[in-house]
Amino acid sequence: MEIRKGIAVSPGIAIARAMVIDSRDYRIPRRSIMPSQRAREVARVEEAFDRAIQQLNALQQAQAGREDQIKDIFAVHARFLNDRSFRKRITDYVESELVTAEYAVSTILREIASHFAGMGDEYISERAADIYDIERRLLTQLLGDVRQEVEHLQEEVVIVAHELTPTQTAGFNKTFVKGFATEAGGRTSHTAIIARSLGLPAVVALEDVTSCVTTESTVIIDGNRGVVIIDPDEQTLEEYRNYAVELTRFEVELSSIRDKPAITRDGVEVQLLGNIEFPNEASMAKEKGAVGIGLYRTEFLYLYSGTEPAEEDHYEAYAEVARHFEGQPVVIRTMDLGADKLPYSVRHPGEANPVLGLRSIRYCLQNLIMFKTQLRAILRASVLGDIRVMFPMISNLQELRQAKMILRDVMEDLDEYAVPYNPDIKVGIMVETPSAALTASLLAPDCDFFSIGTNDLIQYTLAVDRGNEHVATLYSAADPAVFYLLRSVIHDAYKAKIGLSVCGEVASDPEYIMLLLGMGVRTLSLAPPMIPEVKQIIRSVTIKECNHLARKVGTMDSQRQIKNFLRDATTRIIPEAF
Amino acid sequence: MRPAMQFVDTASRFECDIQVANDDTLVDAKSIMQMTMLAAICGTRLRIIARGRDAAAAIAALRDLVEVKMFGETPATQGNADRSER
Repeated sequence: MEIRKGIAVSPGIAIARAMVIDSRDYRIPRRSIMPSQRAREVARVEEAFDRAIQQLNALQQAQAGREDQIKDIFAVHARFLNDRSFRKRITDYVESELVTAEYAVSTILREIASHFAGMGDEYISERAADIYDIERRLLTQLLGDVRQEVEHLQEEVVIVAHELTPTQTAGFNKTFVKGFATEAGGRTSHTAIIARSLGLPAVVALEDVTSCVTTESTVIIDGNRGVVIIDPDEQTLEEYRNYAVELTRFEVELSSIRDKPAITRDGVEVQLLGNIEFPNEASMAKEKGAVGIGLYRTEFLYLYSGTEPAEEDHYEAYAEVARHFEGQPVVIRTMDLGADKLPYSVRHPGEANPVLGLRSIRYCLQNLIMFKTQLRAILRASVLGDIRVMFPMISNLQELRQAKMILRDVMEDLDEYAVPYNPDIKVGIMVETPSAALTASLLAPDCDFFSIGTNDLIQYTLAVDRGNEHVATLYSAADPAVFYLLRSVIHDAYKAKIGLSVCGEVASDPEYIMLLLGMGVRTLSLAPPMIPEVKQIIRSVTIKECNHLARKVGTMDSQRQIKNFLRDATTRIIPEAF
Repeated sequence: MRPAMQFVDTASRFECDIQVANDDTLVDAKSIMQMTMLAAICGTRLRIIARGRDAAAAIAALRDLVEVKMFGETPATQGNADRSER
């Protein structure tokens, strides 16, 4: 039995067999197999070679007639893949060392590569790069069958990986995936967001967890305490089974408040909206009690198809959500990706600092055709309900005005073709850069609403990469700096009489609900599975006590002090959450 | 890797077992992995050992590739093949 502590990012308990997903971009950890699995792993190596050869033949045919280096590279790869003694060296390693096909491929190829690198002759040591290419080619095949396996699961598993990409999680068979444990990531990593939107327990920042599980391991993921237990003993298993039952009972209790309003004990109503990523989450959001969608992330359109989405793809995705929320707000956020994330973008030169680089609205403003396609679809969908548009990562007024001007251009285009749309569509921005927060009073006159994106706002304000497990603990919404910024944005929104919501992770964190209410927030947008619990908190408090709490937090000077204070206050209201 | 590739391709056309030696390392001439790891850089002396029905033809073809055609590259990339066994 092995116990690992990480960061809890999505609540719940999962107990199932581990399904490990290695990444070809990270070191493949040594993972042992049972002697009985030997033949299967050897077969996987053979199949990976055969498929890689087929793939290469197809590529070579496509390149036929070209006399250049690319062809040469393919030719080298083909000869390696057809080299029996090379293949045998890998299968022998699997058999003698009893390790996975992935580990054997990675180890043997790295051995060969380091042999070249150490030879001293420049021409030959450059060949090490070819060897790494071959490694990647073979790993792609091997990891491809793992992906296939995850898509066609027949039994319940928990996913253990270094980090999950949107493309990977999109393919999961959600009936059988019961939880996630990853080495990288923080509360706001992709894994965390996906896990919460699916309502599955997840723990991240687990250092080298992929090297301590085997495919035979049973794993417990405790998404409440941030603990992962590998190969638990009988007593631990029993404890966790009971704990899981208890939690389910709590959940059932919560679901009974679904149709009750989110209203405080002293009669102040709070609007609870859902954050969604995929159109099919709209029904779940509704079921959990969302009275609209406060953040509809549209990145999936750009990430999962491999090609740039057509206007119809956008429209269909928006229309589906609009149908579920007739007459209720649906806030569509325009594309919020870095150029480095777009799978089809023409070889984007690597950025030294992508988080501060060409991304989100900045990318859109430089790629107007793509941006206009999305805006046209949003405008066309705007006649289907209370559709609103939101621009992410605005960092100054010029950017906002430019984006709005493009929106007006698109409206004029639609006028020309007499395509109906809502000319009074509400336009808002994500307040998620410190500059936007500090100049909120300048931005407000050009906006119908603000939505505070706390995830990025905290990251930029505290200068902490939330995905970096070494500094992730510095990332906290309880920092006084964050409090001051939020307070001033809320104040500016009130003064300008525009809409205000909070759509970052704090809006779903039980510990921050009272604080946000006390600071004047009346609209929260959060992961749908968290809505019942947050509603329960709202229904248990008075605005008077929230105001008192917020005033008190305003006098505190450290993250730790604020955090402890909020935790104590919440535990008194809703002890079951901890 | 082009020279190693050409060498392996030429060797693979023959049925006989062909081995290449460089000082004390002996490798299979038909394996690209082993050939590239042999580290035959410009000017290295190679010994080619072939055993089998078409061994003489194999040696001739490989000698031709290395000494006459010089891998189709400049004379600077030159090796020497010198011995055969039956």
